[in-house]
Amino acid sequence: MSSNDKMIRTKDLTFLEKIYLPEIVKGLFLTVRQMFKPKVTVQYPEERFEPPAQFRGRPVLVHENGVERCVACGLCSRVCPALAIEVQAAETPLDKERYPEKFEINMIRCIFCGFCEEVCPEEAIIMSNEYLLVFQSQEEAVFGKDKLLKSAEEMRPRLEFLRDHR
Amino acid sequence: MPKVTIDGRTFDAPAGRTIIDIAAQNGIEIPHFCWHPKLTPAGNCRMCLVEVEKMPKLAIACMTTVADGMVVQTASEKVLNARHAVMEFLLINHPLDCPICDEAGECKLQDYAYKYSIGESRFEEDKVHKPKRVELGPNVLLDVERCIMCSRCVRFSDEIAHQPVLTFTQRGTHVVLTTFPDTQLDNRYSMNVIELCPVGALTSRDFRFKARVWEMSSTDSVCTGCARGCNTNVWVRNNEILRLTPRHNEEVNSYWMCDDGRLKTFKHVNAAERLSAPLVRKEGQLMETGWDEAIAKAVSELRLFRKNEIAALGSGFSSNEDNYLLQKFFRETVGTRLVDLVEHVVEGDQDDLLIRADKTPNTTGAREVGVRPGPAGEDLASILQGVRDGSIKALYVLEDDIAADPAVREVLGNLELLIVHAHQRNATTEFADIVFAASTFAERNGTFVNFQRHVQRFRPAVATQEQDRALDGFNMSRWDKFAAHNDRWGRGSRRDARPSWRILAALAVVYGVKYRYQTAEDVFREITERVPTFKGMSYLAVGSRGRTLAAAGTTAPAPVA
Ligand code: SF4
Ligand code: SF4
Ligand code: SF4
Ligand code: SF4
Repeated sequence: MSSNDKMIRTKDLTFLEKIYLPEIVKGLFLTVRQMFKPKVTVQYPEERFEPPAQFRGRPVLVHENGVERCVACGLCSRVCPALAIEVQAAETPLDKERYPEKFEINMIRCIFCGFCEEVCPEEAIIMSNEYLLVFQSQEEAVFGKDKLLKSAEEMRPRLEFLRDHR
Repeated sequence: MPKVTIDGRTFDAPAGRTIIDIAAQNGIEIPHFCWHPKLTPAGNCRMCLVEVEKMPKLAIACMTTVADGMVVQTASEKVLNARHAVMEFLLINHPLDCPICDEAGECKLQDYAYKYSIGESRFEEDKVHKPKRVELGPNVLLDVERCIMCSRCVRFSDEIAHQPVLTFTQRGTHVVLTTFPDTQLDNRYSMNVIELCPVGALTSRDFRFKARVWEMSSTDSVCTGCARGCNTNVWVRNNEILRLTPRHNEEVNSYWMCDDGRLKTFKHVNAAERLSAPLVRKEGQLMETGWDEAIAKAVSELRLFRKNEIAALGSGFSSNEDNYLLQKFFRETVGTRLVDLVEHVVEGDQDDLLIRADKTPNTTGAREVGVRPGPAGEDLASILQGVRDGSIKALYVLEDDIAADPAVREVLGNLELLIVHAHQRNATTEFADIVFAASTFAERNGTFVNFQRHVQRFRPAVATQEQDRALDGFNMSRWDKFAAHNDRWGRGSRRDARPSWRILAALAVVYGVKYRYQTAEDVFREITERVPTFKGMSYLAVGSRGRTLAAAGTTAPAPVA
């Protein structure tokens, strides 16, 4: 385009701009106005942030009436760029044929990318709104099924969000 | 010689051969499900349709015999459209099972769906549902929904295993593969149908759901179940063998292996009871010790005896390298003439396909490298007699549970010193004074010689404590590559076991003789120099398909079979 080649001449500052004072007053005005608006800062850790459904907190496994949805296909484990997930399948008499005998996520490896949630064919692994992750040892950071399983009821906001936005 | 042109390239085409055959031989892939080079063609999957000039309709490449001057197109628009259509038909009733299907990752239907299908279905009705988890026999399960009715399994059972028990019933979309009433698929080769099945309809009861295909590494190896030495792949995840599958070698086992070889020859490698360190008897109890201590002890104990009071037994389960060093050490360094081995022949347990009566993979090789009766007929019988009458006081045994035989067990108590190489505690270690923890065929390099005098290599697939998968050139899965020291899934259990040849070389060094072998290949090189029938061989030449030994008495190597 020819307009690209043209020299663009910026406007000279006016007298008022040159003396700065009105600009400083404008800035102060903005700051003062902000003081009367509602506060969004959370006084962590006394107060806790409640993330909305689209927040990608730590991954969890969904169960329905105590039966995990997971069929131990290992796709989440394969797609995980950080190799955080270990799944060991075993056979179950249920229709789904297989279930995860062992399901572990190493929360030190997890990077909260949500790929596992995206790849899962069963909507069995989803990102929760939990962000409080504190460990005192590496062992403690490996979450087994006991810490991962959450009921579909409890996870409803996220499941609904996924249904609407995927 | 008649000529045929396929995709613009002209090939010699001996009369009677089919298009798919000529194409496969020349590296042109014609997609197919039901055709298999070792089974009679059935022509039922219609995936191999090709365009042949002057023929009014597309022809199936697996049943169309070539004629001189034939011109074939394997990728014309007509052919591609036909393939799309075949794929669409096949997928109409195919379940969306890939995530729970053991075949995923090595499935012909999956691969072809990517390569040859348009990826969309116009079928909106409900899929036909059929039984899942049907037991065809003790080792094979069938998922009827996944079956694409190629009949490979039926033809294998009829033609190769000679147990015609499989058939189809019903018609159209309701076809069901089943066994005849009151029969089951229980022949000794039944599990070959699992690899043969192009989809995941047939699964192994033993391996079912143990791992996804992409999580394992696969290493070329040799079955240790009998003297056939079927070529295999060893599949490992987290340093544990999960399955063995046959590897094609036309000279030895074609595409097959037997169920016993597949199921019974690797479990001991993973066993929790594996020896994890050398054992030395102290106050009547076998106690774990360090390697240096066990080796020093073995040498000082052996030195207490006169040459002709010491005997050594090689093993058909150990490699040529192990057996060679055993006989070298005992004949040259210790100075005894008493070297032989225990054979494990199960008379009559043999057939025309693969299974051999000799249940060791290497008795032929052990004999060849020198584990055989001495010049004055010092053989196993005379060794056992010597142990019985007390003239032989010390016995050294390679990896073989000789005490499993009651006749041998009976005399072992007479010994003053028994040293054995073993993988786990067994009947023989009960009597042993020193036990060296030997690594198994899956943990080291080495060669076996099968009953056809075919030298075959096996490679390490499972790491011992002193090995490193990356530094020692193991085949690695993605997990192996990225595991850190603290990843539970990356290390598996590792044993402090060593190859038998290395234990023997270490003994020789303490004995005061310099054995300068760094690797199994160094030992093999010496074998090729010292044993005439091995002349001209190397690990490289043996490769993954093996090489046949020269006939006894000649020195020229046989041509590559
Ligand atoms: S992808 Fe889903 S179903 Fe598959 S193993 Fe992971 S959580 Fe389970
Ligand atoms: S047979 Fe192949 S295509 Fe069918 S479910 Fe199994 S992996 Fe998928
Ligand atoms: S079970 Fe497998 S091999 Fe047998 S007919 Fe079906 S698809 Fe073919
Ligand atoms: S025939 Fe022998 S070598 Fe082949 S798989 Fe069976 S046991 Fe192993």
